Amino acid sequence: MKFVHDVKADFTADIVYMMCPMHLLKLDEMIKELEIGQVLEILTDYDGALEDIPAWCEKTGNEFIGIDETEDYYKFYILKVKN
Amino acid sequence: MRKCYFDHVATNPLLPEVFDAMVPYFKEEFGNPLSVYELGVKAREAIENARQSVASLINAKPSTIVFTSSGAEANNFALKGIALAKQNEGKHLIVSRVEHHSVLNTARSLEKMGFIVTWLPVDKYGLVDPDAVRKAIVKETILISITHASSEIGTLEPIQEIAKIAKEKKVLLHSDGVATTGNIPVDVKELGVDLYSMAAHQFYGPKGAGALYIREGIRIVPLIYGGIQESGRRAGTENVPAIVGMGKAAEISAKEMDKRFNHCKVLRDKIIEGVSSIENVYLTGHPDNRLPHHASFVVEYIEGEAMLLMLAMKGIYAASGSACSSKALKSSPVLLSMGIPSALAQGSVVFSVGIDNSEEDVTYFLNEFPQVVKKLRDMSPFAKGWKTNIESDKCYTGGQ
Repeated sequence: MKFVHDVKADFTADIVYMMCPMHLLKLDEMIKELEIGQVLEILTDYDGALEDIPAWCEKTGNEFIGIDETEDYYKFYILKVKN
Repeated sequence: MRKCYFDHVATNPLLPEVFDAMVPYFKEEFGNPLSVYELGVKAREAIENARQSVASLINAKPSTIVFTSSGAEANNFALKGIALAKQNEGKHLIVSRVEHHSVLNTARSLEKMGFIVTWLPVDKYGLVDPDAVRKAIVKETILISITHASSEIGTLEPIQEIAKIAKEKKVLLHSDGVATTGNIPVDVKELGVDLYSMAAHQFYGPKGAGALYIREGIRIVPLIYGGIQESGRRAGTENVPAIVGMGKAAEISAKEMDKRFNHCKVLRDKIIEGVSSIENVYLTGHPDNRLPHHASFVVEYIEGEAMLLMLAMKGIYAASGSACSSKALKSSPVLLSMGIPSALAQGSVVFSVGIDNSEEDVTYFLNEFPQVVKKLRDMSPFAKGWKTNIESDKCYTGGQ
């Protein structure tokens, strides 16, 4: 897993306390709002996202920048590469 | 015999337009809102339209409305959801003593889980003192829950003032708006609340539909886990007909708010004037700052349930305290918290009017009620010699 710090995001989706599959639905929904080259930040405490979000990026051809960990939740960063 | 339904805080009759709007979703439009085909899409659209109407009624964004099965669920969700979400910041809550059981008992259950609750007292009108709220806030306080109006006493609480304090102290404020929504104008932004509970059947919608307003940016732990309904905040296949009914009822309430308010207030004032003229009957709650459709009293020397039964024999339907207190034959904790003695609180009676009531209903009631009181007092062993025992300044409530 790639850990990052101080990544600047263009959009944030806060889904802390929401369970599976909200992280994937939110990704699908939010990525449509972004321009190519913009960064999406997803805040979640759902552990399954550690596997699912990088896999989603690989499947959809977007770039998984990495995660930043706080005490209570993860911050995932995704770069929109293609429409 | 004339029928006078004066128990609108228990529930309201369903408006025919609301029923008509619901019917297709019991029949041909039965789809699951999550299904991708047309039946599902139509059900989903119906829910989103209802969300828009409920949001408009309280001047909120549709995305801030989470549908629930009832006002009680909304209250449970607000208290438990916020307590669990914020427990790392602190475990202290502030709750008033005039809350509905769905707030009181949820707070009690949180106490058992290790949270600490400050139970705020009220004055003789049932009013929470904003200064007492300020004083009760400590570093660990995460949530304040004060009802917008208690359905037992009708007093409207100073929510706006309390919200200013909560905001200043960075504490979230929940208000139970079950008795107010659809009956008085509600603007969550103006009120300054962070969470607000509602129930459709209190504004001529169906039972089985409620909602919680959750201000944008607030994290909450779901009460029910499962699917992605309500953006993952409340799982379970939606009660589409009830939600559609709630939306329609909200739409009509918004349009008819002034008319409804004025109609009920006229009838309520007549009831207060007429009933207050009976000896040793006291108005409970605030004399002016109260729900427009709500008149509540304590009647000395007789018992609330007996009054209800005798009134029911005359076709007049009312309540005595909250439904649950009434069933358990317990003195209402709300009335006790206002300093009303237990024996007097047993004589509690609540008349709540609605758009389906007329002036003739009130005239009929005002003719019957003094006779009911007299008959029961004639039978009551406590009433013997009452005229000589009562001190002239014995005034427990604000109505005297």
